Amino acid sequence: MNRKVADLAGAKDETEMEARNPSTPEKEALRLTPEVTEAAAHKPKMRRRLKVAHPERCIGCLGCMFACSRIRRGTVSLQDSAIKVQTQGGIEGDFRVVVCRGCMDPPCARACPVHALEKMPDGRVVFHKDLCTGCGKCEEACLVGAISLGKEKMPIKCIHCGACVDFCPHGVLELEEVPVSGG
Amino acid sequence: MLRKVLYIDLTSGESFIQERQELFEDWMGGTGAGIKLLQEECPSGTDPLSPEAPIILSIGPLNGIFPVATKTVATFKSPLTGELGESYAGGRLSLAMRFAGHEAIVIRGRADRPSYISINDSKVEIKDATSIWGIDAQTTGVVLREHETGVGRRSIIRIGPAGERLVRYAGVVVDTYRHFGRLGLGATFGSKRLKALVISGTEHVDVPDARRYKEVYNRLYKTAVQTDVMEKYHDIGTSVNINVLNWLKGLPTKNFILSSFPEGEKISGEMFAEKYLFRRLSCAGCPIGCVHIAALKSAFSTHHEFEVRKVSYDYEPIYSLGSNLGVESAEGILQLIDVCERTGLDVMSAGVVLSWATEALEKGLITTSETLDVPMQWNNVEGYSRALENIVTAPNEFYQALARGVDYAAEKYGGRDFAMALGKNEVSGYHTGPASIVGQLVGVRHSHLDNAGYSIDQKAAKKPMDPERMVDELIREDNSRGVFNSLVGCLFARGVYTEENIIDSLGAVGIVKTGEELQDLGKRIFEEKYKFKVQEGFDLSHVRVPKRFYETVSLSGSVTPETVEEMLRIYRKKRGWS
Repeated sequence: MNRKVADLAGAKDETEMEARNPSTPEKEALRLTPEVTEAAAHKPKMRRRLKVAHPERCIGCLGCMFACSRIRRGTVSLQDSAIKVQTQGGIEGDFRVVVCRGCMDPPCARACPVHALEKMPDGRVVFHKDLCTGCGKCEEACLVGAISLGKEKMPIKCIHCGACVDFCPHGVLELEEVPVSGG
Repeated sequence: MLRKVLYIDLTSGESFIQERQELFEDWMGGTGAGIKLLQEECPSGTDPLSPEAPIILSIGPLNGIFPVATKTVATFKSPLTGELGESYAGGRLSLAMRFAGHEAIVIRGRADRPSYISINDSKVEIKDATSIWGIDAQTTGVVLREHETGVGRRSIIRIGPAGERLVRYAGVVVDTYRHFGRLGLGATFGSKRLKALVISGTEHVDVPDARRYKEVYNRLYKTAVQTDVMEKYHDIGTSVNINVLNWLKGLPTKNFILSSFPEGEKISGEMFAEKYLFRRLSCAGCPIGCVHIAALKSAFSTHHEFEVRKVSYDYEPIYSLGSNLGVESAEGILQLIDVCERTGLDVMSAGVVLSWATEALEKGLITTSETLDVPMQWNNVEGYSRALENIVTAPNEFYQALARGVDYAAEKYGGRDFAMALGKNEVSGYHTGPASIVGQLVGVRHSHLDNAGYSIDQKAAKKPMDPERMVDELIREDNSRGVFNSLVGCLFARGVYTEENIIDSLGAVGIVKTGEELQDLGKRIFEEKYKFKVQEGFDLSHVRVPKRFYETVSLSGSVTPETVEEMLRIYRKKRGWS
């Protein structure tokens, strides 16, 4: 078993902050390279992205899904999780771990008729709850099925916070850094 | 959190949901609520295979909400023992019940043709299962997956032909690799013409204080994954005990004729892990992944053509179908487990019934005319496979008797001294000493997991304990497990749920309890169960202990009838039953 469970309390606080106060590109760059602010100006700007590094190691505990709804939304729900562990042919089959790929040209945002999903220059897709009509076009647009409507008929969207990573006992998930303009 | 009971009547096809806040407040949930519902639903003297006998499935307030609270308890009248039936299963059932919004499901009546129950949130349908009646438990899962919704968040529980044909120790397969084993819930399903139940839901749970919830969750999660309280379950698994008990002379071998198996190394957990283990799985909500799956690859031609079967294994089936039958290969054991999985037999009872039959055949109590020429001999995997199939199809009176359990068969054919049952339930894989024997005798469901007597014996082997102290430990476990089983946590994770952690996790979902109240609850639950047992004819002063327990040296040396009787006397006195 992978015992590299990070400081859980720390992870929680950070993600709570993130959820309440989404980071700006400036803050993000600062956080990722805190020690070398000067060098940062010359390096490509980076963003964090969730990655299914080892899907075949999944044991189907659903810990990631519960972490997502618990930490981001303070509720216990499978519907309200942005990450999804699906079965294929029951528990005998392989698990499919579905996460947002952080597309550079996100179909979910393009499909939204009211611009409730907006692509930011730093690569993130931001959700404006007040604009959303719950039409579900975003869900249809994502082939991998990484965005779906939750219990309030609003899209549940991954913010690549990494809360799930800390609750995967087998190291299936990783948080990687990719350039803002690529990857 | 609304706490509801779903009532389903298979005779009328009707169902309704009732809020039972008081029931859950007084009895917590799980086994506490289960025994009270059984008392309400099952009048004295009910035939366990009649339409009047209920099936009760229940979860507790922590299921789906906290880590390792992954079990569901089934409460029923046992077709095997004629008294309390209680069985626990993991998989995804408790999660599916939580999100469907039902903390308990009561199933009554009998369908007029083979049926299955489909539950989606509050929608309940009883559907025709005629076309899948008679097919094995695994294929039943494959078929129902195609027809039902809720992929990834549902649970499918089903019986095989053993349940349909009312084998008294038929089990219910839960999500392919987990089971409601022991005491014959599968036969109760069969008697109701109930092939399966599929359940899924989309509800969620809002906790009163999200911050507090996260704090407690993190603490329990850390304890489960970062400390050694669950170490043994996520490496080799429970089967690590094969070698340990073999070395300590506590591993029942060849129907308890021996307490160690000279070929034990060949069937050790280490051997299974090295040669056959290919995957581990978890119940939903548990980070441990103790479900060990072996790949059983066998050639079916000389042209490199293979079939691969995926078989889950644990300590108990390796004992019952392995050392207990003198089976010397992991592959042979996996083949026998696979037969039990497909037919839907309880592996432990099945193995003990076969070991009795093997010895009865050796001793001439039965002959090959009874066995229909099936060679029931130690290590004869082929013979045992055919015998298991025959228990299900029951082609003659002898196999019909085997299908009723070892106690019944020995009553009919003789050999009671080596018919290894306690409280009419075929025994588990421990010849550790008196606490294991007494524990299974007094336990509410006559299971090693009622009070872990085997563990008390092992402690006593290191540091001697007098009989009174052993009894005290048994009573403490009896009671505290009543509380834990009301939650309904996985017993492998009992080390995670200290009293303090139970109080805190309940607090996080808005249930305030003190340690004293919990201890009182455990005692009350035990007493309610005994009320039911006694009402159905169980009498602790007339229990039978097979002589074999006294003849074969155990892990703690020779056990004498006097010690067992003394412990029973002390037990009755301490329970106030003298």
